[in-house]
Amino acid sequence: MSTPVIGVLALQGDVREHLIALAAADAVARPVRRPEELAEVDGLVIPGGESTTISKLAVLFGLMEPLRARVRGGMPVYGSCAGMIMLADKILDPRSGQETVGGIDMIVRRNAFGRQNESFEASVAVRGVEGEPVEGVFIRAPWVESVGARAEVLAEHGGHIVAVRQGNALATSFHPELTGDHRVHALFVDMVRAYRTPESL
Amino acid sequence: MSSTLSHTAQPTDTPATGTARVKRGMAEQLKGGVIMDVVNAEQAKIAEDAGAVAVMALERVPADIRKDGGVARMSDPNMIEEIIEAVSIPVMAKSRIGHFVEAQVLQSLGVDYIDESEVLTPADEVNHSDKFAFTTPFVCGATNLGEALRRIAEGAAMIRSKGEAGTGNVVEAVRHLRQIKNEIARLRGYDNNELYAAAKELRAPYELVKEVSELGKLPVVLFSAGGVATPADAALMRQLGAEGVFVGSGIFKSGDPAKRAAAIVKATTFFDDPKIIADASRNLGEAMVGINCDTLPETERYANRGW
Repeated sequence: MSTPVIGVLALQGDVREHLIALAAADAVARPVRRPEELAEVDGLVIPGGESTTISKLAVLFGLMEPLRARVRGGMPVYGSCAGMIMLADKILDPRSGQETVGGIDMIVRRNAFGRQNESFEASVAVRGVEGEPVEGVFIRAPWVESVGARAEVLAEHGGHIVAVRQGNALATSFHPELTGDHRVHALFVDMVRAYRTPESL
Repeated sequence: MSSTLSHTAQPTDTPATGTARVKRGMAEQLKGGVIMDVVNAEQAKIAEDAGAVAVMALERVPADIRKDGGVARMSDPNMIEEIIEAVSIPVMAKSRIGHFVEAQVLQSLGVDYIDESEVLTPADEVNHSDKFAFTTPFVCGATNLGEALRRIAEGAAMIRSKGEAGTGNVVEAVRHLRQIKNEIARLRGYDNNELYAAAKELRAPYELVKEVSELGKLPVVLFSAGGVATPADAALMRQLGAEGVFVGSGIFKSGDPAKRAAAIVKATTFFDDPKIIADASRNLGEAMVGINCDTLPETERYANRGW
């Protein structure tokens, strides 16, 4: 089977770090800024960044609907921090007009862990990631207020949900791409491989 | 690595704030974005609506600081708090160079980033603030690689060009970015023997010089600042290697700030697509008038401040 091609939504945010992490997890990684680029990837990462900015640019450049269509169609997708917000069906405290792609039946609270002075690192045990807990880097991070029946909670910190999976959609409040530990990305690359397998048979 | 499933393990660390990874990582989240100078809550909302990734709260934009003269200081805490209240994006604010008490005040207000800025009147002609002493991360200006690495050695978690703020003239920012990029490219070619002399020449710590030589980039995020007034200016800085753009006077000193702000955001994301930059550049109304940097007397050049 050929190597999966995974895009990183490159409208704004820490795109480079995700590209490096995906490549380290044996995927072909490329930035995605246009609908035609989105059509060519097997899976997509929505990076950390400013969720209001990413949302606005996605609408402005005609990416929001194609993104929703691909996620509805089952394309594997992973969002970290701002990316988690983009994958939430509902934001508790959206800026006016802030849209999301959706895909995970959850309600997120933006900047729930506080402003930058409260940003922190802590080890987080993530279901599905073997070995030591991952180093969670939380930057003005959101948390998940509640999840629906179809969403599986993968990790909590301080009593709050910080990692969730629903089908082919994965989301973390924290930033594995900043740590040099590529196990969360490897988990996602495995999801993309599993998704591609039936098609290539 | 143990083979047991980790979700049964208990986290061992207590949360750590203010780490280098958290400070530098914050700047990573701003990449590809535009940070806009604003002087009140209303402008902050316009910036946020236009897609800014952060705002810089200050009492006067650099163009007015130039016009008014006198000593430029940290902004009124009330004004900074109003802006923090008004928007959900990160809020930055400026302290004077070496004025660590202004920085302490800004940290206590809960700003997300402190800009130890040459746009304000320096408070110390020898020393910059010890930025490791803070939980709040710092961004600092640099005109060349040595200056950038000295700031990083003091704890800066993000670097920007100095440009010549408040002029609407991008020429100095171009000079600084080219200088930093050229010096990094030169280091790439050096062998280990040469790095010691390079560190001495750059007046920067050897460890950082070695790190840059290996990475081929700064160990922190590099933005452009100073003189950006148009979408094409912003795209130029990105094509020259800036990972994002600060825009000061260029937006709110122009004819139609909301439109220009949104246009600069678009051009910053699609910095390599001339058609999108062209569309973003249409009918923006008047740009800020601008100042030719070669008519600026030496004493009015902000880039000379900081050492």
